[in-house]
Amino acid sequence: MTSLANLSLAAPELLMAAAGLVLLMIGVYQKGDATRLVGWLAVLVMVVAGVLVLKGAGTDAGTTFKGMFVTDAFAVYAKVMVLGASALSLILSLGWLAQEEIKKFEYSVLVLFATLGMLMMVSANDLMSLYIGLELQSLALYVVASFKRDSVKSTEAGLKYFVLGSVASGMMLYGMSMIYGFSGTTNFEVLAEVLSEHQATGVVVGLVFVMAGLAFKVSAAPFHMWTPDVYEGAPTPVTAFFALAPKIAAIALFVRVMTGPFADLIGAWQQVMWIIAVLSMIVGSFGAIGQQNIKRLMAYSSIGHMGYALIGLVVGNEEGVQGILIYLAIYVFMNIGAFAIILSMRQKGRALEGISDLAGLSKTSPLMAAALAIFMFSMAGIPPMAGFFGKFYVFISAVHAGMYWLAVIGVLTSVVGAYYYLRIVKVMYFDEPTEAFDTPRLANRVILLVAGVFTLFYIVYPSPLLLTAQAAAKSLFAY
Amino acid sequence: MIIAGLAFYLFAIIAVAAAVMVITARNPVHSVLWLILVFFNAAGLFLLLQAEFLAMTLVVVYVGAVAVLFLFVVMMLDLNTQVLREGLAEYVPLGAVIGLILLVEIATVGGSWLLSPEMEQVRGAVARTDITNTQALGNLIYTDYVYLFQAAGLVLLVAMIGSIMLTHRVRPGVKKQKVAEQLARGRTVEVKKVPTRGGI
Amino acid sequence: MDLLREYLPILMFLGIAVAISGIMILASYVVAPQRPDPEKDSAYECGFEAFDDARTRFDVRYYLVAILFIIFDLEVAFLFPWAVAFKDVGIYGFWSMMLFLGVLTIGFVYEWKKGALEWE
Repeated sequence: MTSLANLSLAAPELLMAAAGLVLLMIGVYQKGDATRLVGWLAVLVMVVAGVLVLKGAGTDAGTTFKGMFVTDAFAVYAKVMVLGASALSLILSLGWLAQEEIKKFEYSVLVLFATLGMLMMVSANDLMSLYIGLELQSLALYVVASFKRDSVKSTEAGLKYFVLGSVASGMMLYGMSMIYGFSGTTNFEVLAEVLSEHQATGVVVGLVFVMAGLAFKVSAAPFHMWTPDVYEGAPTPVTAFFALAPKIAAIALFVRVMTGPFADLIGAWQQVMWIIAVLSMIVGSFGAIGQQNIKRLMAYSSIGHMGYALIGLVVGNEEGVQGILIYLAIYVFMNIGAFAIILSMRQKGRALEGISDLAGLSKTSPLMAAALAIFMFSMAGIPPMAGFFGKFYVFISAVHAGMYWLAVIGVLTSVVGAYYYLRIVKVMYFDEPTEAFDTPRLANRVILLVAGVFTLFYIVYPSPLLLTAQAAAKSLFAY
Repeated sequence: MIIAGLAFYLFAIIAVAAAVMVITARNPVHSVLWLILVFFNAAGLFLLLQAEFLAMTLVVVYVGAVAVLFLFVVMMLDLNTQVLREGLAEYVPLGAVIGLILLVEIATVGGSWLLSPEMEQVRGAVARTDITNTQALGNLIYTDYVYLFQAAGLVLLVAMIGSIMLTHRVRPGVKKQKVAEQLARGRTVEVKKVPTRGGI
Repeated sequence: MDLLREYLPILMFLGIAVAISGIMILASYVVAPQRPDPEKDSAYECGFEAFDDARTRFDVRYYLVAILFIIFDLEVAFLFPWAVAFKDVGIYGFWSMMLFLGVLTIGFVYEWKKGALEWE
């Protein structure tokens, strides 16, 4: 009766789901410790899924599973970023697991399923598939956050994230039920059609709830409260993962929801978005100032970065989305590099997280200090670094749309943000050196090198990223 | 018709009253028991909406399983609600404001749903009546919504892995009867005379 | 409305059940003599004063059992509509359910091998 759905569109997702099951079985049947084996296989699966995504980029585009799943250039772009970020942070995690002598192969399996959830979010074309992708992702993330279960901080992080995350999911479902009640559909394309003719009060109210839920997931202010605690409490590689892949997926989802089905309600959501973006930038830059723990600092930094990225969504046109996509790609490189260094902050096998532990790093390991300085300059948005361009494109889109205030606030908060980024540089270069760190693992060094080179030399050859981001943004506004 | 109306008010009033008891009961275990009453009445309301399957699922899953889980969690945490209530008065005003906002919102939304003429079409789109709604759901879940169905399976799997990973501990030095090993044992079965106080 | 009519006996049953249990509780209050004193009300613990609170922490293993039960309970909840609509959903619906069960069976194997189902 029902014809088979066009499965080839969802090939990467199907591969990951099947691989997750197989890896679970390998892990449980393997005699001895399977952590390393399962971990590297999971990385391999993500790489293969990435190849499948890219392979499908040119040929397949469209919806499948009764219009619940969509693939387009935008989805491909976001998926490649998500898979890349997940794979890299998983590689970092594997080194950390070995150093801490934690034997849990489930970690990699859960990261794999979380990534699958993110891909489903990116490809969601229906409120229901949006929700279920989000839940698959969140559920795995809650567990991963509290995965060092004997550490009070880690369990606290997981519990906080879980309780607040459930509230956010609840709000979102409430909003979705209103949207469904007033439009009679959950499909994005049909919603766009219905809303272009008639916009009921209930849809607007529902949309606000959905936005609140999504803002929680991207940790944008005023829904950011969980971020510093969770980032500090979660094991460091998990923090690295949290700061990267889920953010990209959630922003991509946010962009798709706002510019797709609710494009005609832009008058209603633009001001809300404006407030969210401005608050996030302010919280991100002022909140980080007094922090002593580098993971907490990265949490505020990520709140700020989400604020900058959301500027592009406030603008809400093709140029704005292009700005977001470029911003996110650069954000991935800066952050993975910074976290590769944070994970290498170890003395005699003991992990450190204080900013003061970085004192005099320029003398004990000059290359690491130089790399971290590059990332910090880049995050602060200082010109030749990649981070500057990320900010530049979103600000310029705001200026073109006539939102001068938004751009001005963005620039001002980046100046404030520069203060704490540069403080780290100061600590590394001008404070008295403490004991040297242990030699970082090979994987960390390779990731550091790649991220550093990208951040430093993006200026030389920016066009490929620009063009793909442009094409991706265009595909979103095609209908 | 009038019985349906009466039943609605009965279920609704009990549900709200029991929900109030959930948050005011002194003993957390009693809270959970009140919550079970809320679930039952919600199931009754679903039944009045002719959503039979949902009503029965609510009883089977929520009353049968979730409430039990809640009870275990409450007993595991050994909560002292008196301590939790400290500082409650500070949060009451804020909570009341949020509650009021939600109430106003739901009233406006509900009102516009009932009053606006455009909603007539949406309201008309209720499930067909010639088949039971369990069957109507069955016709959709496994075919049209197969994507969500399988994804739900994965969500359950992740929940399973997560709960085992976070709570399961292997205790060393526990002696277990391994039936399979006992049965697989061949001719090596023997009776030994064990010297007193000597052990094997 | 036909549907509701079918449920009318259950509603009546519910009403009668509530009435009977209510009457029993009330009657014991009304009929039985109530003369409480401190000794009668205190907890009885083999002649000793109660040592400490009767409420102790439950082991986390109960929780694990409960959550695994919920997961399989939900799985069963999905089986009902499938069974009812089995003739209509055809071979496609059959295999989609098999896939779903397969995923959860893998979870079950994992659980078993991990020893999560063993008590001690």
